[in-house]
Amino acid sequence: MTDMSAIQSQTDVNSSGEDFSASVMSIEIGPAHPAMHGIVRFTTHLDGELIVGMDPEIGYLHRGFEKESENSKWIQIIPYTDRLNYVSPLLNNIGFSMAVEKLYGIEAPRRAEFTRVIMGEISRITDHLTCLGAVAMEIGAFTFFLWFIKAREYLWELVEEMTGARLTTNWTRFGGNANDLPDGFLSDLADRLVKLKDVMSECDKLLTRNKIFIDRVKDVGSFSKEDALSFGFTGPLLRACGIPYDVRRADPYSVYDELDFEIPVGSVGDCFDRFLVRMEEIRQSILIIEQAADKMPEGPFMTDERMMHYPDKKDVYGNIEGLIDHFKLVMEGHQPPAGEIYMPVEGGNGEMGFYLVSDGGGDPVRVRMRPPCFNLVAAMPAMTVGHYVADIVPIFGSVNMIGGELDR
Amino acid sequence: MSDEISTKETEVSPEAGELTTLLQDEFPDAVTEFHAHRGDETVVIERDAFESVCRFLRDDSRCSFEIMMDLTAVDRLEMKETPRFEMVYHFKSLTHARRLRLKVRLAEDDCKIASIHHLWKAVDWYERECFDMFGIQFEGHPDLRRILMYEEFEGHPLRKDYPIDKQQPLLELKEVEERHTYGRHT
Amino acid sequence: MLLEIIMIPAVLAIIKIMVIILLFAMPLGTVLTLMERKWSAMIQDRVGPNRANIGGFTGHGVLHLAADGLKSMFKEDTMPKGADGFLYLIAPFFGLIAGVATFAIIPLAGPIGNFTFQVTDIEPGLLFIFAITSLSVYGAVLAGTSSNSKFALLGGTRASAQMISYEVFMGLALMGVFMVYGTTRVSGIVDGQNEYWFGNLIPMWGVFTQPLGFVLFFTALIAETKRAPFDAPEGESEIVAGYFLEYSGMRWSAFMLAEYVALVGVASLITTLFFGGYHVPWLHLWENAPQWIVTILQLLKFSIFTVFFCWFQIQLRWTVPKFRFDQTMALGWKKLLPLSLANMIVTAFVILAFG
Repeated sequence: MTDMSAIQSQTDVNSSGEDFSASVMSIEIGPAHPAMHGIVRFTTHLDGELIVGMDPEIGYLHRGFEKESENSKWIQIIPYTDRLNYVSPLLNNIGFSMAVEKLYGIEAPRRAEFTRVIMGEISRITDHLTCLGAVAMEIGAFTFFLWFIKAREYLWELVEEMTGARLTTNWTRFGGNANDLPDGFLSDLADRLVKLKDVMSECDKLLTRNKIFIDRVKDVGSFSKEDALSFGFTGPLLRACGIPYDVRRADPYSVYDELDFEIPVGSVGDCFDRFLVRMEEIRQSILIIEQAADKMPEGPFMTDERMMHYPDKKDVYGNIEGLIDHFKLVMEGHQPPAGEIYMPVEGGNGEMGFYLVSDGGGDPVRVRMRPPCFNLVAAMPAMTVGHYVADIVPIFGSVNMIGGELDR
Repeated sequence: MSDEISTKETEVSPEAGELTTLLQDEFPDAVTEFHAHRGDETVVIERDAFESVCRFLRDDSRCSFEIMMDLTAVDRLEMKETPRFEMVYHFKSLTHARRLRLKVRLAEDDCKIASIHHLWKAVDWYERECFDMFGIQFEGHPDLRRILMYEEFEGHPLRKDYPIDKQQPLLELKEVEERHTYGRHT
Repeated sequence: MLLEIIMIPAVLAIIKIMVIILLFAMPLGTVLTLMERKWSAMIQDRVGPNRANIGGFTGHGVLHLAADGLKSMFKEDTMPKGADGFLYLIAPFFGLIAGVATFAIIPLAGPIGNFTFQVTDIEPGLLFIFAITSLSVYGAVLAGTSSNSKFALLGGTRASAQMISYEVFMGLALMGVFMVYGTTRVSGIVDGQNEYWFGNLIPMWGVFTQPLGFVLFFTALIAETKRAPFDAPEGESEIVAGYFLEYSGMRWSAFMLAEYVALVGVASLITTLFFGGYHVPWLHLWENAPQWIVTILQLLKFSIFTVFFCWFQIQLRWTVPKFRFDQTMALGWKKLLPLSLANMIVTAFVILAFG
């Protein structure tokens, strides 16, 4: 009873004529806060409900991916990449494997590439579904979120069928994949895509034209093209600003140049544009998967280059080359030729680039991953200042920060 | 070993790329080395010319690199090369659909480089990260704090001489205000 | 002898209060917590609560009620460091008291002789409701300011602004009803709705005489009770849980219970004021209906309508996203206020013209 101090002192000071509106309240949003997916902290300065300043602090999920990688064999890094963007782990697997293949100067067989495209797009869809669901949930549309999670479950069952795991996939290898398509995978895939499309159209009806939803996301977090480029935005957020940059088109890798798809762009880069761009990208990804499944060629799923994968058991026991290869792969690991490469792929959040330096030995000298949402989180103050505190939710949701990718 | 690598690099890039030639023409003294290993156009430049080269890359219509894609460093301690550090900048031009890698070499006892945060906004956090991980000093950066590690962390973890299993002491809990004043100083 | 004691007005009122609260409001409020979870699970393709069991008997999740109750009773009643002790401790009960007090003036069935199914039929009637709902503002404000938490402070500020604003529109929206039925007394309004238009065709329910008033009043009531889509004060995603962020155990449950009791309160108010109250439409055509059948039918009708409006609010919550705080206020002051004023004026003219 004796101290109503804060409120009373404020009213006292106010009645004595001091400017009440000038007082800025600092509030720590995060690291443990429902709207902070993963862990990140925003020290937010509020004038009433209005955000006047923000200082993001990241690094809570820093696990030393780069340091660990530089102390591992090349092949041992693939499981670490699962944990980067843990909502779309296959894209990381694919990105890293393709980077090492570029370092070697080899290519995976076409069947492996088509399979990678299918699995990569599935991962992109799960990434977008999670992001959109989370945005919707946080502004109150909980039903939408659970419907999307349901749809994501269909896809993760496919991922499980292919890789044996839902998140920790560890599926690609240098020069191919760990396994071929399982029996009946393509028919399962077609089945799941039909279900996914149903959910998409249901959710479209539920939310996309909902007046309250549009009010909440329209003109929130708008970003100009120039700022977006300067901040190094890539992926859906850059496209929402109206710039059709997609690594799959700009620097085609894998077999994306043989597939027909469109790149959706927005106009003002607000949260609604980001929402629509992601929704459309899910539909485009479905198209890509369907095309890739139609075009799926026969053939091996792993390169037949020597020293890229373990030789067959009959070669290990039957001839000397096989035995030597096996021994060297176990003892020394892969030894890409010396050099440095940068391999960009389109991740769920944007350009995910792997910069690798090899000195020709079994350990990498440098493994650097360009985290797409690093730039996006860096732009959070620019996006939120001038908005209300409740707008942090859709803005940060549409940034789709993934802790594992941001902090590595 | 070091000779072997450099010969390999020059082997795969016998002729200079378009951008390399442009940079060589514009900054004849600055470009010291170049290659295009696996098609990645790479130019190594002198530290003194770095900022003007960056400005040229962004502003000149023949380059117009709108996006500063990535910034990192490489510690070449175990490669036994000198100077020890190599700054690596990746740029992307949407206008010309091109990429460029720019490298600057820094000696261990003088790992300082001009900050280019005023050219691309993305650089701000990238430089903080690079400072945090490698201890590179970016001259002119307004707010060069640690970003991934905490303030009290000692050393720079991605340097090759930082042991991977080194443990840092636990921190004391910080004091907090018992009854806060909602941002108002009483 | 016992009957005489019971028929003393004060004793009778206490018994009625206990019956209405303990047998109607609280059980319905409690069951609604479970029904909300079950209904939302149906909407969202989930199973919903079904795990709590006694020897394998789950009762489709009914035991979760007991489990939740026990859990919150045995949970530690925490108080944050630096909180304002007394205010912090009493704050949860304002909302609960206000929610329960609403039922004092709501008739559940028609009178039998001198005995009414209503705690008290006071002259000010609905004005009492306005007075009581203002009381629940204190719950939110005190909880918000005494918790020593910035999130709770933000939530408390939002709650007070929103509730005080929406009280205005709530009152204005009801003006039409007062004019049409010529009284603020609840029994008068309910009886007024037992008239018919065009012979015996359409009952003169409030929803037909005051359609706009119904929409406005319902909206204002939902905002007043801070249910979705007007739950910015709780804003679980940005200010975590708003004003009751720091509470735990039974005190937290008191907030939750208050919310659900208020949900029932809203539903029964809507039924009483706009859907004929306890009057079963066209029942007067059955001339010699026994009194006990009439009373049972009336209780049933009232309960069914109340449950329907509870269901409607829950459906609403799980379908639409929520407003931002400033949008809630803009909706109130820029749309509801002019509309309710217009409604009042039009009603006045219509009454003047057609008597």
